[in-house]
This record gives sequence, C-alpha cells and structure tokens, in this order.
Amino acid sequence: MASESIGGNEAGAADAESPAQLPVLSLQHATKAFGAIHALEDVSIDLYPGEVHALVGENGAGKSTMVKIFAGVYPPDSGRLLIDGAEVALSGPADARDAGIAVIYQEPTLFPDLTVVENIFIGRQPLRSGRRIDADAMHAQAESIFERLGVRLDLDRIALGLSIAEQQLVEIAKALSLDARVVVMDEPTAALSAFEVDRLFQVAAALRESGVAVLFISHRLEEVFVLCQRVTVLRDGRLVLTRELTVLQPDDLVRAMVGRDLPERVTAEHTVGQTVLAVDRLSREGVFLDVSFQVRAGEIVALAGLVGSGRSEVARAIFGIDPYDAGSVTVAGERLRRASPTAAMAAGVGLVPEDRRQQGLVMGSSIVRNIALASLKRLSRLGFIRGSMERRFAADWAVKLQIRFGHLSNPISSLSGGNQQKVVLAKWLGRHPTLLIVDEPTRGIDVATKAEVHRLLDELAGEGVAILMISSELPEVLRVADRILVMREGRLVKEFVHTEASEETVVAAATGQVKAAAA
Amino acid sequence: MSVALDPGPETTAPLAPVSPHRLVDLVFRVREFGIIAVLLLLVVVTASIQPRFLSLQELQFILLDTTVFALLAIGETMVVLTRNVDLSVGSVLGLAAYVSANQFGTHPGTSIGVVFLVGAGIGLACGITNGLLTTIGRVPSLVVTLATLYIIRGIDTWLVGGGEVVANSLPNAFLHIPRATIAGIPVLAIVVALGVAAAAYYLHSFRSGRELYAIGSNPDAAQLAGIPIGRRVFTVFVVSGTLAGIAGVLWAARYGTIDSTAGTGYELTVITAVVVGGVAIFGGSGSVVGAALGALLLNTINSALYVLGISAFWDQAIAGLLLITAITIDQMIKVQLTAALRRRSRLGA
Repeated sequence: MASESIGGNEAGAADAESPAQLPVLSLQHATKAFGAIHALEDVSIDLYPGEVHALVGENGAGKSTMVKIFAGVYPPDSGRLLIDGAEVALSGPADARDAGIAVIYQEPTLFPDLTVVENIFIGRQPLRSGRRIDADAMHAQAESIFERLGVRLDLDRIALGLSIAEQQLVEIAKALSLDARVVVMDEPTAALSAFEVDRLFQVAAALRESGVAVLFISHRLEEVFVLCQRVTVLRDGRLVLTRELTVLQPDDLVRAMVGRDLPERVTAEHTVGQTVLAVDRLSREGVFLDVSFQVRAGEIVALAGLVGSGRSEVARAIFGIDPYDAGSVTVAGERLRRASPTAAMAAGVGLVPEDRRQQGLVMGSSIVRNIALASLKRLSRLGFIRGSMERRFAADWAVKLQIRFGHLSNPISSLSGGNQQKVVLAKWLGRHPTLLIVDEPTRGIDVATKAEVHRLLDELAGEGVAILMISSELPEVLRVADRILVMREGRLVKEFVHTEASEETVVAAATGQVKAAAA
Repeated sequence: MSVALDPGPETTAPLAPVSPHRLVDLVFRVREFGIIAVLLLLVVVTASIQPRFLSLQELQFILLDTTVFALLAIGETMVVLTRNVDLSVGSVLGLAAYVSANQFGTHPGTSIGVVFLVGAGIGLACGITNGLLTTIGRVPSLVVTLATLYIIRGIDTWLVGGGEVVANSLPNAFLHIPRATIAGIPVLAIVVALGVAAAAYYLHSFRSGRELYAIGSNPDAAQLAGIPIGRRVFTVFVVSGTLAGIAGVLWAARYGTIDSTAGTGYELTVITAVVVGGVAIFGGSGSVVGAALGALLLNTINSALYVLGISAFWDQAIAGLLLITAITIDQMIKVQLTAALRRRSRLGA
C-alpha cells in the first residue's frame, strides 16, 4: 500500500523510498470538488511516524483542502483515508481529534480568559474524588508536555495576550496531551519571527523524534529543506511529486510548483505617461515596511506575492481604508490625506475590492443602483437622484462593459460572478478615475469573463488610466501587467518588467529563493 | 500588594517563567477588594453622619435584602458567563412569590416545604422554557428572556387579578423565616452565603463549571473542543430560573404582601450587581463571589440613602453611575492587562 505508485510524477523517477513502517496516515486517490472547481484530483499522500513531511504548492494548489480533509472539516468526494492501514471516515473535527490527528492553524483559536493549562485540558481535565478537577495532576501533565517540547511557558497565565507563536505552542501541547500521532501544521511560520521559527523547528524535531508524523506546510522553501525529510508538491489540485528532499534542489521545487506553460500575453504595449501614483516609503507596523513605487498613466502595475505578504494591505492604505504609520501617497502630484477614502476618491482613485460581495456591491440592490452608486452626485439635482439619468447612465456602462443581464432593475444577485465584477468596475469607471486599484479582479470568475476583464483593463490603460492590480494568479499577472512588483513578508523585494518576468522568477522572489530569482 | 506589583527580575530574562497570573489574580482580587473598600467607605461615611445606620436592625435589613439579590446573582452569573443573559428573573420571582404564598390561602395547612417546592417548580418551568428557546430554538437569549419577562409578568398579573396576598393570610412560621438569626446574623444570609460559596467551588473545580467560562470566552473554540454547549447553556437557564423561583418564596416571606408588581425591575438590579461584581458582560470571566458582593454593595447604597433621608431617585442614578464606573475600570484594566501580557510575551519570544 505504501509503495503504491503516485500519479503525476513528472520525472518518472522512483518515488520516495518509503520508510519501512506502515504509514500512520494515508490518503489515497482523494478527489474533492467545489462546484465545477476541482480542489483536489486523485491525490495520494502517506505520512510515516517519525518524519516531517512538507506539503508545498502555490496559492490555490489544494493544500488547504487536504488539511481540511485531515481535520475532519469535510470528507473527500472519493478516495480513502486510512489510519494505521484501516479505513476511517471523519465526520467532524472531534472525530479527527479522537483519531489522533491534530491540526495547528496559522492563527489558533484559544480561550482568551482561561489559563494556558486550562486551554490544553478543557473538557478533559484529570479528575480526583467526586469528579473534581485535579489541578495538581493537570499541572504536572502540562509541565511534562512542555518539558518534552523543550519550551517554557507560564502555565498559569491567561491566554489573552499570548503571541501567535505561543498560541501555536499551546495547540501543540494540546495535541500531545491527546496523544496525537499526526500533527498537521498549516503555514505555522507565516506570522513568526526568526527566533520563534527556530523554537518551532525544535519542537517539530522533538515531535518527530518521539514518533509523531508531522505534515508541515510552508511557503518558505528554505524552511522545508531545513526541517523536512520528504516533500509533496501540489499544483492545481493535482499531485506533482513526492520525494526525498535530499535528492532535490530549491529550483526543482519551484519548477514543480509552477510547471505550467507560459501564458500568452494579451496586452499591447502601452504608451506610458506621467506618474499618477507615487508611494514613498509607506510603512505600517507589523503589516508592511518601507514600500515605495510609482504607477504612471497608461501603465498596469501588478503587486504580486503570496497571500498574506501585505499586498492588499498596501492597496487599502493607498485608498485610505487603513491608516499607515510612515511614508506618503501622492496622486497626480497631490499628497493624499492619510486614512481618508473620501480624499482618495476626490483625487480620482477607484478601488475594486478583493471581496466584491462584501465590499464592492450592495447585494440586495438592483444593477442600476449599484452601477450608479459612486456617481450619485453627478446624477442628482438638488440632492434628489434623477431616476432617468441614473438608468441611462447605468445602461450606458452596462453596454460598454458587455454586462450580461436580464433587466437592469433586477437585483445584482441575479448576475454571475464575472458580471457582478463588471458592475463593480462600471461603478468606478463612471467616475473616470485617473488611478484604478483592482484587488484580485478575476477571483472566482469563469475563463471567458476573465479574458474580458483582462481586455477591459488593457483598454483602460490604453485610455491613459493608471492601474494597480493585485493578483494571486501568476498567469494573470504575466498576461496583463507591464511591470510586476513582488512583495514578501510586508516588503517590496523585487521588480520585474514583464519581458524579464517568468513564473519561476516571480515565485522564487515571492518565496524568498533569491538565488533562483537571480538565475 | 507591593510585592506583586514589583515587576521582579523575570521581566528582563527572556523565556523566564514570567508570572502575569499574579497580575491577573491581583486584578481580580482588586475587584473584590475594591468593592469591599467602597462598602467600608460607604458604611463609615454614612455611620458618621447617621449613627443609626450601624444599628443591628439596619444591618440585618441590608443582609436580608441582599439575600434575594445574591440568590438571583448566582444564577445570573452562570448565565452571563456563557455569553447569555436572563432578563426574566424579576418576573419569575414575582410569579413564584404570588403562586407559592397563595397556597397558604387556597390550601390552608400547606407545609412550608411544599410552598418552597411550588416556588422552585415554577422557576424550574420558566428556566426550562428559556433554556429550550435559547438552545433548541437558537433565538438569542436577550430576545427570549425579554419575551418571557413580559409573558411571565402577564401571567402573574392575570392570576393576581385585582387582589393580592396579604401578610395575615400567611402562617407565622413562614413570616418568621427571614427573622431567624444566629448571633445576630440572619440565618437566611448565612444559607445564601453558603450557596454562593458552593457555586463558586463548583465553577472553579468541576469540568462543567470551567466549561461555562470556555463557552463565554470563545464559543467557536468551545465547539471545536467538543464542549456540549447546548446542554450547558440549557442547564444554566434552568439553574437561574429555579433560583429565581426560590428567591420568590423568600421575597414573599420577607415582605408578606404580594401583588402583581413583585420583583419588577429586579432583573436590571441583578445584572448591575453581576457586572459591578466583575463578571464580564460578554462572558468568560468573573466570579459569583464578586457578583454577590456587587449585590451587597447596591443594597447597602440603597439603605444608606434611606437612612440619610435622600430621595430614592438617587438610588437608581447611583446604581447607574456605579455600573459605568465598573465597566470603565474593567475596560481600562483589560487594555492595560493585554498590553502587559503582550509585553511579557514579547520578552519571552
């Protein structure tokens, strides 16, 4: 079972030599789809006791889906989950816990008012006579767990105010108190300092030595090579390879993660005008640091990077939704007031937010109302909205953007995701912005509409609008952007002109593989 | 206290087993100390103006008045800890007071024990209703108990009609319950104090007690931890209702005259006492001892104003002021505490 071949092994080389034992956890030929999207397709993975197994892949490759299957959040549509060779069905997080699987999330949820010890043992406290909690035994157990982990933490403090690293340690301690045999760490290092990462590595090594199987998910490839023995790479929901890390180089992993054909560029060369947006040394404590760049008229600049690298936060700070601590934002020569979307809008900035349903649209309202929302001043007389003007305005933009609708007075929810996104775009285009910020403009949109949105952005740039695009989809970035700025951990780490950018170089910069980026 | 406030050498040593729990303990003890300090100040000032305030009878009255509220506060604390609220306790008290005391008139010769059972039974039924609507009906408890506040008061008014229970229809033994004393201390006050102690011990030392804190502290995490949230929340409403029913019988014995307004507005006084006593209004932290002390403080203020001849209007205004002060202090402490704990975390990291 353990040596079963793994589909999609691109090099055709022998699979990872399986350690002699039986895998403690084995996922076989698992498929999971959400609607038409295949989050996982025929993926298999074996976890052995006493190994740290890395799981890597780009955003949306299916890592989170796999974690959720292990966590019992949802079952796979097909495929089998085996523990110690016996098939199990997890019907909820409690099931997974009872089966010995513990998941440590990037940001654990503890009970802020309870002490560290109580957080570890809540609901399972050791008892003494009369079913009373045996506080001494509880303490002793917690102490021995932390001793085993090799870390010290004040057991009697309340969890309120614990750093994320400490919260993760509490979760790991909880996992050990449950005798977990599989510990899944979902991007645990993303929010940690270097010192905390070291400590976590020591803990993970201690877990491995005590015979626990650890599944370690990280975007930082250098960490993978330091900590893990084997690696599984996912791409677009499929398994690319599972192999010993000793036979791999970081470049191999980057190639395996990306491994797609280069997308064709659809945009024409844009005629670039004057600088519209100048961001100078923008910083916000703990979020992004010293970010400087310019966007010129008629130029599409993409902010690329992993989720959580601070891209959206920079965009929100530019538009004035969030404040910043230092630096400045200048639009068309005028310095923007800090933390004021009104000032940004007055200066001709438009923002198409990441989450269109929550932040971009008034879902209960009609298509007309949504398109007209940002231009109401122009469409009203003496403070009253003129219905006829509003309708004409909306119809005009709906036709221009080729929005497919039944009736303009229909609720916005009657439109498909792609057409909803066009409505959000229309809302801002109606104001004739000089700078348009688009955050994940094509997330969850079908391929055909996606191409239309790309064409639209291209046209806008052709008309001289400066566009700042944030996207997690590299093909999109490469297809549309004139320049690509890569962010990593809150800093701008690399800038590419589109001609010199490739998926490999951008991924390498985003994951911190500087050597590969230089290649 | 000065020892605990001393940051000590730990703050400088990275990864040393820092002990913010001392800080936390202190804060909670300070809350209870704080109430006791305010109480003492109030007693001293009032007594210096009007020495009658320190008479045995006056002190007994304060304790007796407090027993009813302290009993309600036990149940309310348990409800509030789970991030819920029980607004119906005043109405439950009123209904239980009338129906139980009325037994003596409608069924002459009823034993006092049976009357207590009737009161407790009414409270139990009301508590079950609140609990079911909140847990199975998934209606927020604020709405559920606001509705039952009105409904139960309506039933009470309908049952009482134009009449009322008067003291001379009640047996002397019943009316004497609140008057029994041991060494000058009302027996009832001792019994309720023991009840508070028992509840405090339960909340501290039993799994299900700790789980009430967990539910209020982070409901989502409680779900993931496999805590039977529905069962626990149902139980606290049943406890709160039953205690309100028993409090109703005591209320009847204490005042003797029961019409349809008995216990009106008590829910707000009890919630005030609970919050002033340091129970977080959104659950997760606090103690029944603090809540009982809060009830004692409110009743002492009430008596002090009466003794000093100040209008009862000020009573409510002062209760409101106290509430705002308590919540403001809580918020300040929480901000400071979080900052202090963060600092220590950072040093540990």
